[in-house]
Amino acid sequence: MKANSFRWCSGAVLAVILMLPTLGLGQENASEAAFSAALSTLKGASMAERGQAIEQLAAVRQPRVVVVLQALLEGRLFNLKADDRLVIGETVEEGYRLIDAQSAESLGTAARSAMQKIAVTNNLRASLRKLIGRLQLNNDDADVRLAAVKAIGKAVDADSLALLRDHLVLEQDAGVQKAIKLILGLEQLKRGDKAQRLAAIALLKDQASRDVVNRLNGLVEKDTEGRFREPDGEVRRQAEAALASINARLQLYAAAETLFFGLSLGAVLVLAAIGLAITFGVMGVINMAHGELMMLGAYTTYVTQQLMPDSLGWSLAIAIPAAFVISGLTGIAIERGIIRFLYGRPLETLLATFGVSLFLQQTVRSIFSPLNRSVATPDWMSGAWRINDFLSLTWNRFYILVFCLLVFALLLQILRRTRLGLEVRAVAQNRNMAKAMGIPTGRVDALTFGLGSGIAGVAGVALSQITNVGPNLGQVYIVDSFMVVVFGGVGNLWGTLVAGFSLGIANKLLEPYAGAVLAKILVLVFIILFIQKRPRGLFPQRGRAVEG
Amino acid sequence: MNRLSSKLRSLGIAGTLALLTSTAGAAKAEDTIKVGVLHSLSGTMAISETTLKDTMLMLIDEQNKKGGLLGKKLEAVVVDPASNWPLFAEKARELLTKDKVASIFGCWTSVSRKSVLPVVEELNGLLFYPVQYEGEESSKNVFYTGAAPNQQAIPAIDYLMNDLKAERWVLAGTDYVYPRTTNKILEAYLVAKGVDKKDIMINYTPFGHSDWQSIVAEIKKFGSAGKKTAVVSTINGDANIPFYKELGNQGISSEQIPVVAFSVGEEELSGMDTKPLVGHLAAWNYFMSIDTTKNADFISKWHDFIKNPKRVTNDPMEAHYIGFNMWVKAVEKAGTTDPDAVQKAIIGMEFPNLTGGIAKMLPNHHISKPVLIGEIQDDGQLLTVWQTNTLVEGDAWSDFLPESKPIIADWTAPISCGNYNTETKQCSGQNF
Repeated sequence: MKANSFRWCSGAVLAVILMLPTLGLGQENASEAAFSAALSTLKGASMAERGQAIEQLAAVRQPRVVVVLQALLEGRLFNLKADDRLVIGETVEEGYRLIDAQSAESLGTAARSAMQKIAVTNNLRASLRKLIGRLQLNNDDADVRLAAVKAIGKAVDADSLALLRDHLVLEQDAGVQKAIKLILGLEQLKRGDKAQRLAAIALLKDQASRDVVNRLNGLVEKDTEGRFREPDGEVRRQAEAALASINARLQLYAAAETLFFGLSLGAVLVLAAIGLAITFGVMGVINMAHGELMMLGAYTTYVTQQLMPDSLGWSLAIAIPAAFVISGLTGIAIERGIIRFLYGRPLETLLATFGVSLFLQQTVRSIFSPLNRSVATPDWMSGAWRINDFLSLTWNRFYILVFCLLVFALLLQILRRTRLGLEVRAVAQNRNMAKAMGIPTGRVDALTFGLGSGIAGVAGVALSQITNVGPNLGQVYIVDSFMVVVFGGVGNLWGTLVAGFSLGIANKLLEPYAGAVLAKILVLVFIILFIQKRPRGLFPQRGRAVEG
Repeated sequence: MNRLSSKLRSLGIAGTLALLTSTAGAAKAEDTIKVGVLHSLSGTMAISETTLKDTMLMLIDEQNKKGGLLGKKLEAVVVDPASNWPLFAEKARELLTKDKVASIFGCWTSVSRKSVLPVVEELNGLLFYPVQYEGEESSKNVFYTGAAPNQQAIPAIDYLMNDLKAERWVLAGTDYVYPRTTNKILEAYLVAKGVDKKDIMINYTPFGHSDWQSIVAEIKKFGSAGKKTAVVSTINGDANIPFYKELGNQGISSEQIPVVAFSVGEEELSGMDTKPLVGHLAAWNYFMSIDTTKNADFISKWHDFIKNPKRVTNDPMEAHYIGFNMWVKAVEKAGTTDPDAVQKAIIGMEFPNLTGGIAKMLPNHHISKPVLIGEIQDDGQLLTVWQTNTLVEGDAWSDFLPESKPIIADWTAPISCGNYNTETKQCSGQNF
């Protein structure tokens, strides 16, 4: 084990030898002992003990320390119950592959039940991040150093400031330099003399950072007794000027953010409504089970993920066609089995399809249980694209927006360019004439309904990434879907697209002022008034066929 | 002829006798004590309530294995109110008048309890209600085995304030009675603790809200003003997943802005992708992860009963466990299932809970409970990070609202009232 560890920490030992030639292997033994002692404290039950152990660990000069702390932060540090030693586990198919925490010796695999996780709380996580940051300040990778600086910046103390100041001299990477300067500047704004404060304001005013805004706001505010927090008038004026220029930019970011929120809500609405735009818009069938067809799509995603748990991304790609087929076939079955007999009787269709929706819900409840199912999100869809501190676009919404436009374009092409599309449009415009021209209207009805239902299933795959997968999924969206289709103009796909996006944006514009509940009501009232004025929606179908 | 007729007559008598004894036997076999289970098995609330129905079946089954109650077998009468509030009242009436159940265990949402309340009061039934709720109620016929606000919400605020040093507060909830009342109490509490109104943001969203982008962005903005911010969430059931997902995606970690939830437990977590939730908090009176022999025993019995070792246990299940056992002991003590006798016998009744303490039924029909704060782990379990030293007694009428401050509930003589004003010394008669 000693030889082993020698290899591992040769770098550290080399550094130690270079700095302190008098100390040699004795130092290494001492650090090894401290490492081992800290690790055994880590096994202790109380969180306070664990916190002490983490501090002790960080003080040990040993390259394995960062690995252990990182594993602890990520929840991969376990205590092996059988021989009571700390191991780092990595998930593999048959359980966990284990590595000894101290010696990095490989220990084979073990099941989850054979070990106990060393759990951490938020307080410990924060201190872990800071300590890891300090240890990684000398990492070769600039990105790691940047993350380290940011982690230190979250909670600055005198030690870390000194560390950062020393590091700034050595640092080569411009990005890391900038991040350090930001932290130091903020600190100077707080404690420096007048010249330093002015210099800090000049440096910080171009940085788009939340901390800068807060600190500057602090300078121009008055305290509870009505005196300015900042005694110097010159500094205050500069701070105000800097804030004004930052605020102008902030408004722009806020507008961009609202637009994005509106578009992404709109994309969800369009996805949910577009299948309905075909069944309700083109065929005139009021399908109350539309939401449940989306739910089937979402459950299909769940099942494909269960079948292939190792490749989340692929399972999603497979879920899309699978959901289309399953929901589409269900749709065809509903059309052939029930709706076919009820054409021209909208009230009966409504009631029958409402019954079907209840039936589908309870079926899912019986098969999958009434509990929600957990659908995982692949990593590339989590998180956000951070443009700066004030503007970040979340990936899942972004991809759904793109996906919605793709589905829309595809559907439009199907209706415009394929034989089926031609027949669908012909039947929608004039059923009898189409029949006279030899179009099998029954078959076209079934296929159109299947197409609309299939699209609903595809929408369900997208929804599974942003909301619950449970038996009630469909009910949440059914009202919104009808609203979008009616608002956009029955029988017009473009109308659905425009209506979905405009309702989404209107909702998001209202929400900050009126609150989520009132915003929804306002939008609904607006639509009712709009329909009074223009009963055929935004883009009504024209021509003789419509009148008849 | 005569002989024949007398023979026939004796045969007839024998037959009648035989018939009589056989019906008597049948009557004896039917003589069970019926227990009503009033939980939604379909509709929106089935997600939470189905588990409680199964819990009741397990508890009744277990009691029967121990020999039943008063020498009789217990029989569960399960009805499905289908998440439909008026139907809750109808089904409760059916249970009490048609099935003549000795007590009812049921309801989840406050609105369903409010709809059952007049029925159990009119027919003098017993209802055991197992879910945390907003308080401001105490009925003679209802036993509240879930937490009152002072057993969940207030201690959670204390934890955030004292241990996490939170200074700015977001009170986010679904738009209905429980979050509205709880937030009213919490706001009054925070103001009393010296928090500036500017530092409190209150936000309500509709049921099943799924588009959290702008609200989370607002929380982020509110929370980045330089003071430590915490979110107190009374967001109900289904809306939680998109909420936490959005928090994770917008990069708000539990270290920056912790969220403490009152409606997210093990059961809800089992249907979620827990990645974005790790480190956020939940306040309850029971966690599945509590390490006691009683709890381990309960979990293994639950797994055996439900035949699925992956199912979790949660706080309302423990509430039913305590409530049911207290009822059993009260019936044994009273020697009858008569509601009035049981009401008298159950007050002061003690029964060990699953977390190592002794729950006690208080005169206000609430029970004493420990308060636990846990951090969500990636396996969907909650790790206790804080807990009260002693059990906290449930307070029916909050002391932090000016209108309910002087009011107490005490169902023992001489007060015997659910809404007694200690200042005017009067009982209003209105229990809710």
